[in-house]
Amino acid sequence: MINPLTLKSWPPYAVGVGIGVLSWFAFATADHPLGISTAFENTAALTEKAIVPEVEQSNGYFAAKAAEGKPPKIGWEWMLVVGVFLGAFLSSRLSGDRSPETVPALWRWRFGGSPAKRLAVAFLAGAVMIFGARLAQGCTSGHGISGSLQLAASSWVFSAVFFAVATATAFALYGKEGAAYV
Amino acid sequence: MFDSPEKLLLGLATGILFGFLLQKGRVAKFSVIVGQFLLKDWTVVKIMGTAVVVGAIGIFALVAAGQASLHVKPLLLGGVLLGGALFGAGMTVLGYCPGTTVAACGEGRRDAMVGVLGMFAGALAFVAAWPALQPVIKGLGDEGKVTLPDLTNTSPWLWIAGMAGAGIIGVLLLRGVGRFGKQSTTAKIRVGSSA
Repeated sequence: MINPLTLKSWPPYAVGVGIGVLSWFAFATADHPLGISTAFENTAALTEKAIVPEVEQSNGYFAAKAAEGKPPKIGWEWMLVVGVFLGAFLSSRLSGDRSPETVPALWRWRFGGSPAKRLAVAFLAGAVMIFGARLAQGCTSGHGISGSLQLAASSWVFSAVFFAVATATAFALYGKEGAAYV
Repeated sequence: MFDSPEKLLLGLATGILFGFLLQKGRVAKFSVIVGQFLLKDWTVVKIMGTAVVVGAIGIFALVAAGQASLHVKPLLLGGVLLGGALFGAGMTVLGYCPGTTVAACGEGRRDAMVGVLGMFAGALAFVAAWPALQPVIKGLGDEGKVTLPDLTNTSPWLWIAGMAGAGIIGVLLLRGVGRFGKQSTTAKIRVGSSA
């Protein structure tokens, strides 16, 4: 019998059912939706407070979050992010589906093979992406999955906007011809 | 500063399952994420759509049974619209979303590892600029923590049934696309062999 844990991929609908059921588990056990980007904001806030303690007074962020009952902390969501790394590591080790890739094929076709260029743009894009997620208070997990499944109006607006802009960006960068490289 | 050790362990265990599922779903890969936005590879929509429908059924059942409460983000239109646009552009250029960036690091991908550093830098900038950003976030009004059933004064189950129905139609449509794709490949092979 084939061990499913050593397979390189599972059918997308099965993975979707798994994530749906996992969200029941998260709500029932931790009273928490699945979400990733809040942990980055918490880490940033704790880092700034550690380096410049005065920000706790000068930046209204800290008082506002404390008033909401959500002060920056190392909590459930922070460990969720650590777990995502470990789970993906474990899954890829079990199946051998590992990649040390720096420059993806599609990127190479369009922008060339320079690792420095790819990494510099990845850094900037990561910064823009999380800045946007925090402006909207959620990402693909917090809004896209957890918010949408709660039928939150904010999450449906966010999902429609991000999908439209992401699609427009993809066609602006790579055009129809790009599809041959993915 | 810290949640209880039990809650931290629970978060870790939930995260391990989440990361395992994301990696098995192949969404920790640049080509699958960007392939979705080039409308070629529908893996992301299949996973997210199924997760939303299955998740909604369980969560609203738990809420009805008094076993869970909703955690809805406020509809601050300025923040959601600008944030969604920046997020979408950043996600396509990076080739991963926040959760799948972390999962891609677990898979060994170097560009995702640098992407995580960028995400941390972006979060530092967001917290530092937080006071100045408030007029932007709240600029188009605050509708509060509303759901679609609240706004329309309807039952959530009506929406869930609608989503499930739309999902089934979507599955059938995507199957059609797959079959069409296969047919055209066969046609190409036939042309190739006859030439």
